[in-house]
Amino acid sequence: MAMTMTQKILAQKAGKPSVVAGELVECNLDLVFGNDITGPVAIGEFYKMGATKVFDPNKVALVPDHFTPNKDIAAAGLAKTTREFARKMGVHYFEVGQVGVEHALLPEKGLIKPGDAVIGADSHTCTHGALGAFTTGVGSTDMAAGMATGTAWFKIPEAIKVTVTGKKQKHVSGKDVILHLIGILGVDGARYRSLEFGGDIAQLTMDDRFTIANMAVEAGAKNGIFPVDEVTLEYIAAHGGNKGVAYAADPDAEYVQEVVIDLNEVPLTVAFPHLPENARTVAEAEKMKIAIDQVVIGSCTNGRIDDMRAAAAVLKGRKVADYVRCIIFPATQAIWKQCVDEGLMNIFIDAGAAVSTPTCGPCLGGHMGILAEGEKCVSTTNRNFVGRMGHVTSEIYLASPAVAAASAVAGYICGPDSLE
Amino acid sequence: MEVIKGRVFVLGDDVDTDQILPGYAMAEPFDQLGKYAMAGAPGLDFLNRVQPGDIIVAGRNFGCGSSREQAPIALKMAGVGLVVAAGFARIFRRNAINIGLPVYVAEIADVLKDGDIIEVDMVKGTVRYAEGQVTAKPLSENVLKTLDYGGLIPRVRAELGISQ
Repeated sequence: MAMTMTQKILAQKAGKPSVVAGELVECNLDLVFGNDITGPVAIGEFYKMGATKVFDPNKVALVPDHFTPNKDIAAAGLAKTTREFARKMGVHYFEVGQVGVEHALLPEKGLIKPGDAVIGADSHTCTHGALGAFTTGVGSTDMAAGMATGTAWFKIPEAIKVTVTGKKQKHVSGKDVILHLIGILGVDGARYRSLEFGGDIAQLTMDDRFTIANMAVEAGAKNGIFPVDEVTLEYIAAHGGNKGVAYAADPDAEYVQEVVIDLNEVPLTVAFPHLPENARTVAEAEKMKIAIDQVVIGSCTNGRIDDMRAAAAVLKGRKVADYVRCIIFPATQAIWKQCVDEGLMNIFIDAGAAVSTPTCGPCLGGHMGILAEGEKCVSTTNRNFVGRMGHVTSEIYLASPAVAAASAVAGYICGPDSLE
Repeated sequence: MEVIKGRVFVLGDDVDTDQILPGYAMAEPFDQLGKYAMAGAPGLDFLNRVQPGDIIVAGRNFGCGSSREQAPIALKMAGVGLVVAAGFARIFRRNAINIGLPVYVAEIADVLKDGDIIEVDMVKGTVRYAEGQVTAKPLSENVLKTLDYGGLIPRVRAELGISQ
């Protein structure tokens, strides 16, 4: 029976020669992780189910990234619960000062490799499919069961094949590609399915792929996955060196839908409020002269070094517009340091941008950049739902770092080539 | 658990987890989550109107977005007895069953208005309302069993013979 990449990994982890879409399987897990808001709930459930130790401390990680550095006393309590459990169980843990946004940090630390099956109590766990692994978001109860048993039940997903062709145009990045694709599929177009990328993926950098896989869930997908190539292997060599197992889809694997993305035709794209599927071209947005109050550049979607460089290239020698807040969040300490070493930090500061320590804070309306009534924000994050970043009447426009940086300078939504 | 009858709140498509439970609420004490149920849905005034046993009826893709299990927990704490939707986002549905909040797939939002009474038989696969009924796929035995225990953890405890 022909299988997709996802199906091959799940078959292997279930100890079966093959699987078919719709089948229920129990899989061994290579990593189970959570953060400071999903972790504490999972820890409570873990003890309630009678568990006393995790299945393998080397295969469990807790990443306190959401409300850290602690935003208030209640958040400090959540972080404390997370820390104490991590210390007691001896699992992977990253304290403030070492912590980064989980979906940027875990690959950087070499904790996820090609061919792995991974669950994370965070919906953007699908990010790691960029490395050729099956990785999917779950809730706290599933995380608790995963920590105790090292296994999880999955329904084998049907697949949508996304074939990439052509060449990215000037300023276009992985963010434009995924916003464009979600515009085609819709926010539930890939519900319960895997998004299997292929074609001329050499055109996409590793950071492009992380961004694309990260937002698979915004089309409702169970996971997004890329084949392993030279670009993947180069990344892995620089981050831990464990090559894992590279799976390729069978040539006759079944797909319920096939989409071709011709990179030559992907424009700079912005998703209008209040759904990621509301994709429009930046050119179209520009004509509307949409005045903005805040720009956020960072997150598990766009807080990596490619993103920082793209923002800096636009901000270099320019200033953030009057009465606009531009807040930049390198996603990990290593990326932060790289920004210093490459001189990007000077560019950000000279432009009048604020640079924050790694945190998920503003993306989910937690802290470090909440929006007031009626405010508009251009954000490189992943969701523009009603009120997600603050007041229920505030509005979020999702875009790439280059477009976000250009908009910060102009004070309204525009692309880099429209700046003087 | 097989048959649930109650008064409905009718919502639209793509009701996301930020509307069901805003991000900021997750720093609040766990036992207070019910006070933030649907707090991110503009104009709904849910908390002043919800009564124990009420049913949320919605369109496609209910619960899209975050994996926060606190979202279905908040609905359950606020007294919601059941969510019926034309479709659920994958993680939300799994979380709801895991924490013992019944969720049921049926396309009925279009023919109902706030305050209508419906009776949902999740074993027979029917949703009855004043003017008629729609049929839908019955819940699997496994899901019903988990819901009967009040969620996955109580079920696992019972099956392992762990006392309260």
